[in-house]
Amino acid sequence: MPIKKDRLKWIYERMCLIRKFEDHVHDEFAAGAIAGFVHLYAGEEAIAVGTMANLRDDDSITSTHRGHGHCIAKGVDINAMLAEIYGKATGACKGKGGSMHIADMTKGMLGANGIVGAGPPLACGAALAAKLRGTDQVTACFFGDGASNQGTFHESLNLASIWDLPIVFVAENNVYAETTSTDYSMRVPNIADRAVAYGIPGVVVDGMDVFAVYDAAAEAVARARKGKGPTLLEGKTYRYYGHFEGDTILYRTKQEEQSYKDRDPILQFHKRVLEEGLLSEDQLAKIDQQTDTTLKKAKIFAAASPFPEPQECLEDVYVKYP
Amino acid sequence: MPEREITYREAINEAFVQEMQRDPNVILLGEDIAGAPGRDDPDMLDAWGGVFGMTKGLVGKFGSQRMLDTPISESAFIGAAVGAAASGMRPVVELMFVGFCGVCLDQIVNQGAKLRYMFGGRAKVPVTVRTTIGAGLGAAAQHSDCLYSIFTHYPGLKCVLPATPADAKGLLAAAIRDDDPVIYFENKVLYETKGPVPEGEHVVEIGKANIVRQGTDVTVVALSRMVNVALEAADILNKEGISIEIVDPRTISPLDEQTILDSVRKTERLVVVDEDHPRCSMATDIIALVATKAFEYLDAPARMVTPPHTPVPFSPVLEKFYVPDAQRIVKAVMAVVPQKR
Repeated sequence: MPIKKDRLKWIYERMCLIRKFEDHVHDEFAAGAIAGFVHLYAGEEAIAVGTMANLRDDDSITSTHRGHGHCIAKGVDINAMLAEIYGKATGACKGKGGSMHIADMTKGMLGANGIVGAGPPLACGAALAAKLRGTDQVTACFFGDGASNQGTFHESLNLASIWDLPIVFVAENNVYAETTSTDYSMRVPNIADRAVAYGIPGVVVDGMDVFAVYDAAAEAVARARKGKGPTLLEGKTYRYYGHFEGDTILYRTKQEEQSYKDRDPILQFHKRVLEEGLLSEDQLAKIDQQTDTTLKKAKIFAAASPFPEPQECLEDVYVKYP
Repeated sequence: MPEREITYREAINEAFVQEMQRDPNVILLGEDIAGAPGRDDPDMLDAWGGVFGMTKGLVGKFGSQRMLDTPISESAFIGAAVGAAASGMRPVVELMFVGFCGVCLDQIVNQGAKLRYMFGGRAKVPVTVRTTIGAGLGAAAQHSDCLYSIFTHYPGLKCVLPATPADAKGLLAAAIRDDDPVIYFENKVLYETKGPVPEGEHVVEIGKANIVRQGTDVTVVALSRMVNVALEAADILNKEGISIEIVDPRTISPLDEQTILDSVRKTERLVVVDEDHPRCSMATDIIALVATKAFEYLDAPARMVTPPHTPVPFSPVLEKFYVPDAQRIVKAVMAVVPQKR
């Protein structure tokens, strides 16, 4: 089914925003302005945005250490995100989480997560809550190729399949778990091939093509929403930056990197919507400008925000502790 | 009117019935907590009611939508309980034996315990993890640990250790109603012990110790099943003219420091009886508490009565040697009282 014009604009806007956000964070980390462990999503935008374009505000997602893209696509406030990454009091987590733990329960964003493979069990819980309450909410569970070798992935696919949980498991196969390629870490060519072990559909799509992701996610989300159970959807993608900021990236070739950049999800989208007359040059330029403004405002907000008071370290451990 | 007496097992079951009636968001998850899931034969449902029969009868009352038998996938279903709790449910999930925590610890300590803090207080995780502890059934090294000290170590978790049927009921109700993750440690050797338990609503406040027996000469802090062993020792010591005060912390995170310190300031002597492994344990923690906050009151070095630092052995002879008994408590108490007798 063709994607509506407003949706197309939203897709372009979100993909641009993610890319610009990540490029900015990259520069700021290099400049020494950001502390800690930072993992960037640039290159993978089509997966978060193509999936989230099929979700409602009241649907839930679980994310990964590479979570900025999921947050932006799910509608987490970009000002609060950037402030969090700088460790500011106005951050999404009041400076207690940082890049790896940005969350917004009010947006159904159940957290970026520092533990590879931790999301799938949590996603089962969110989906179980929806199912037991009789709502038609869906949970999308994002994870990488590395996580697909964790026990939690396998246990969760099994649990979700026997309970027909409304989940879409979205594998972002960016080829490398840190330095280790999927050629080494898996005997099957596709993560989605593992779906057969759990009696659920397994679908492989080009994760650099947001149209392909959108279509596959639409089907998987519809299936989940109808109560027909989970799908394992794999997007083949690539992270443009290293595993973390500071990675020397000595484990892959420049030619390989270029081969993915030649199929850049934003450029591909740009080209296709113009060719097919879906959006105009002007419309795209306007969106481009809007995202510049949005990011600029976020930078100003984050820069102007105070750091937390040191004693705020002691708060938020428990709801109540005598 | 004397209260009716029921077992620790019955008290836990009763708390479940009452809490599940009270709040439709309370659901139970675990391996074989009903039994024979998915079977058409209604006589097979509730085949076990949990490995120790703790949840027997609940599936008949509340249905299999709220009594979710799981595959043997502790990471997935404990993580799912955490995720469901963060999504507004109030799950009670069973980790059959605490020794199995190794396969799913991340979901408890990195997810359940930390989500609220990592998210700046903008999430809550009202999950209860029930698990069984304790040696004495010949279950050997992987099914007999206590390990509650490990969970106490983690900020974000609350840990409760009921020693009596009344506390078993009251602390389970409190754990389920609590908005933070609570680990509820059942000592499986206590399941058949009987005691008075209030019939209606009964909630024991988390963070309040219980002075099980008043005494004047020595404070004996005893945990979980060791409370009963300390009571045996108290009777023996009483005949020797020595009066011990038994303090049961009941909850170890939070720990009711004040009650322990007040007791030590009164008796000026301390023995801690703990069935958990002795290093980095509640025993060492409580002694450190007294050493830092009431050292000047101590008239003798504090003593701890614990198992040796070994895994739990199988043979009944070895296991009997391993678990602290009343005689060892008597010996420790005698060592801290003045040698006037």
